[in-house]
Amino acid sequence: MKLKLRSLGLALASTAAVTMASQVMAEEVKRGGTAVVHMISEQRILNPALRASTGVYNISGKIVEPLIDKSYDGYEPVLATDWSSSDDGLAITVKLREGVNWHDGEPFTCDDVAFTAIEMWKKLLNYSSALQASLESVDCTDPHTAVFNYSKPMPLDLFVAAMPDLGHPMPKHLYEGTDILKNEYNTAPVGTGPFKFVEYERGQYVLAVKNEDYWREGYPYLDRIVWRFIKDKSAAAAALEAGEVHESGFIGVSMADVERLSDDDRFDVGTDGYENNVAHSTVEFNHRNPILADVKVRQAMYHGLDIDYAIETIMRGFAKPGRGPVPSAGGANYTDDVPTYEYDPELAKTMLDEAGYPVTDSGYRFKLRHRPAPWGEYTQLWAEYYAQAMREIGIDVEILTNDAPGFLNGVYRDHDFDTANGWHQFRSDPAVSTMVWLRSGQPAGTPWSNQFGWQSDEMDQMIDDAASELDPEKRAEMYHEIQAKAMEELPVIFAIEHPFISVTSKKLKNHHNTPRWNSSSWYDLWLDD
Amino acid sequence: MIYALRRLIQAVPVIVLIMIGTFLLLKLAPGDTVDALVGDMGGADAEFIARLRAEYGLDQPVWVQLWRYMLKLATFDFGWSFVYEQPVATILLDRLGTTLLLMATSLSFAFTIGIALGAIAARRVNSATDNLISTLGLVFYATPSFFLSLMMMLLFSVKLGWLPVGGIKTIAGFYTGWDHVLDVARHLVMPTAALSLIYLSFYLRLMRASVIEVADLDYVRTARAKGAGEWRLMIHHIMRNALLPVITLLGLQFSTVLGGSVVVETIFTLPGLGQLAYQSVVQRDMNTLMGIIFLCSIIVVVVNFLTDLLYARLDSRIELA
Repeated sequence: MKLKLRSLGLALASTAAVTMASQVMAEEVKRGGTAVVHMISEQRILNPALRASTGVYNISGKIVEPLIDKSYDGYEPVLATDWSSSDDGLAITVKLREGVNWHDGEPFTCDDVAFTAIEMWKKLLNYSSALQASLESVDCTDPHTAVFNYSKPMPLDLFVAAMPDLGHPMPKHLYEGTDILKNEYNTAPVGTGPFKFVEYERGQYVLAVKNEDYWREGYPYLDRIVWRFIKDKSAAAAALEAGEVHESGFIGVSMADVERLSDDDRFDVGTDGYENNVAHSTVEFNHRNPILADVKVRQAMYHGLDIDYAIETIMRGFAKPGRGPVPSAGGANYTDDVPTYEYDPELAKTMLDEAGYPVTDSGYRFKLRHRPAPWGEYTQLWAEYYAQAMREIGIDVEILTNDAPGFLNGVYRDHDFDTANGWHQFRSDPAVSTMVWLRSGQPAGTPWSNQFGWQSDEMDQMIDDAASELDPEKRAEMYHEIQAKAMEELPVIFAIEHPFISVTSKKLKNHHNTPRWNSSSWYDLWLDD
Repeated sequence: MIYALRRLIQAVPVIVLIMIGTFLLLKLAPGDTVDALVGDMGGADAEFIARLRAEYGLDQPVWVQLWRYMLKLATFDFGWSFVYEQPVATILLDRLGTTLLLMATSLSFAFTIGIALGAIAARRVNSATDNLISTLGLVFYATPSFFLSLMMMLLFSVKLGWLPVGGIKTIAGFYTGWDHVLDVARHLVMPTAALSLIYLSFYLRLMRASVIEVADLDYVRTARAKGAGEWRLMIHHIMRNALLPVITLLGLQFSTVLGGSVVVETIFTLPGLGQLAYQSVVQRDMNTLMGIIFLCSIIVVVVNFLTDLLYARLDSRIELA
């Protein structure tokens, strides 16, 4: 007896394909053309099986495909056609698509999946190496069936949820016997996707052209995609306005330009297509500071933050208040039945008085050294707002400005901070993303992990149990409990839940039509030029 | 010849000192390239990080890293860039062309127009022309290049649509021959203007002051008394002598333009050394950064040498010894 999850998904996917096809008919698709996409930062490598990062997917997603992708109707088969789990959760069987070729003409088979899973997903890929730690082997029972064997139960829904980001097979014949990290194909990827890699001019652009041999017949529509690296946000906005660039994702222009261009009828501006890429703007505490170790103080500080005001002014309304480590985009694992902290500065002051921190002669109760993450404009603005709001309830906050390595070392390795703020992305499933904020025991120097000196045996146990629970319903309940506990104890304030924002030229059609669109393959994207 | 050789030998310890100093200075900055990489990726586990550090040799003590680097540099091996996943030498050669092109066009524009305007202003001191030119110089001098870049971009690209916003060529334009040259030239108009105007104002002001000073000297009066025409006087007697301080400045600024082009290269996304240097600092890409600094120190040494040669050519009283 095997657990089957797929049949409903398949039915939904095929209906979706039909509806999509009819919509496309109605609009009369134009074939050809070059879509130009803005990228803020240069990518080191373009191999998604070595680097789990939206910056990498943004380019490689068109060239290299995952086993499973996510659509608005659920999980969508790409290189896998069917998946199931054994009762004990120790074996997951994945059926692979037949008749698919790599861009160099070699056939795609189970050997590629087995090789990539063991050599890259398990050993080298960030986030994935933790997820696949208990992966023992991948057996190829036939060229198009891969069986993943685990030493500990692996929930099928966790496996599937991880696949869109952490499940890209790479061609074994180009990697086997080489130094994988230095392989030349890491910057010139060979995949099975709708577009073939042509060239990567450092500091300028990446160019990919249509794959004539693509397995989805009749696709893709575009002839070429160009990713242009424009570091300066104002210059990127100018390029959009001049029509030289068609899309800028992940808040690639300044917030002022986001607001300005959203009134411009040449562009679609919004958060569609980022449901799978939501992040939390945070306030992180160093619990080694005895003042902050007091939960009453943390709760009081939360009461001192006017989250709605911050959402309106900083995020221009493109966000919502956070409700703990699972965002509302987290599906069944999310609940809003958790303790919350209304904006009430008077209450905050009373609570701080009660906690034993009255205002002293200096005019403040105590002083905090705050490290803001340098992840773009809105993170800095959030830090400034936080400092201002804290001063209003009598807490003096000194902001220590630093660049990325300085921030990561200051907070996550040297623990040289009282509070910090940054953002952390949710990746489909709490087990492969936000739980690292709460789970203790990670060595100093692990960025984006619980380096806050906060430790709770109860929480650690809950996190470990949820990660290996096979029943999806029970698992969801466990995450609801974790969420409530995190909101009560506030090891970290998950203050604002925000998707990213895209500015897209209306000349692009079928854009932002999946929940992780910027990372997806764009096989149905076309240009009305 | 002996002079050139001596200068060359003198340059070696200077460059070695620069390299060691820079290396140690960079090591003082918090964090290394692995931190920057992990920051870009949005996180990684501890084993991943430790493995990368060992792979990049960053787990060794600083002096071991320095020794290894200097040994490799002695054989002109610049090492591997972990940010670009390419040999540093390849990256530098790729970028050098763009930067030199931008520097050459900007400096020659700034220099020729600057000294011409400066000389004109000086010959008509305190006239309306002088006031106009001096005011213009002041405006150029006071306008930050990033502001000028963005304003030009707004006017010529967004509003008028005459010039491309950035880049060095039209991507996927596949131009060849003269079309390619024209395409690159169109892309260079705004960056050149943005970069050169401030230097233009330097040369203008210096040339104006210098010409006014030289015009009062005895030998100019003597030449005039001997019946030299105004034009001959200007070219042979005044300009040639007035140029000396301007040449000094030009030589000095050659290195500044390398740095000044960071802003312009970043805004116009020109793949040059300035942008690369900036990225390398942010990403803590030691090998690339050291490569750039090595290249720049060589450029500066060579330019200083050429400046000295030019001095001797302009003013025969100066001897190379």
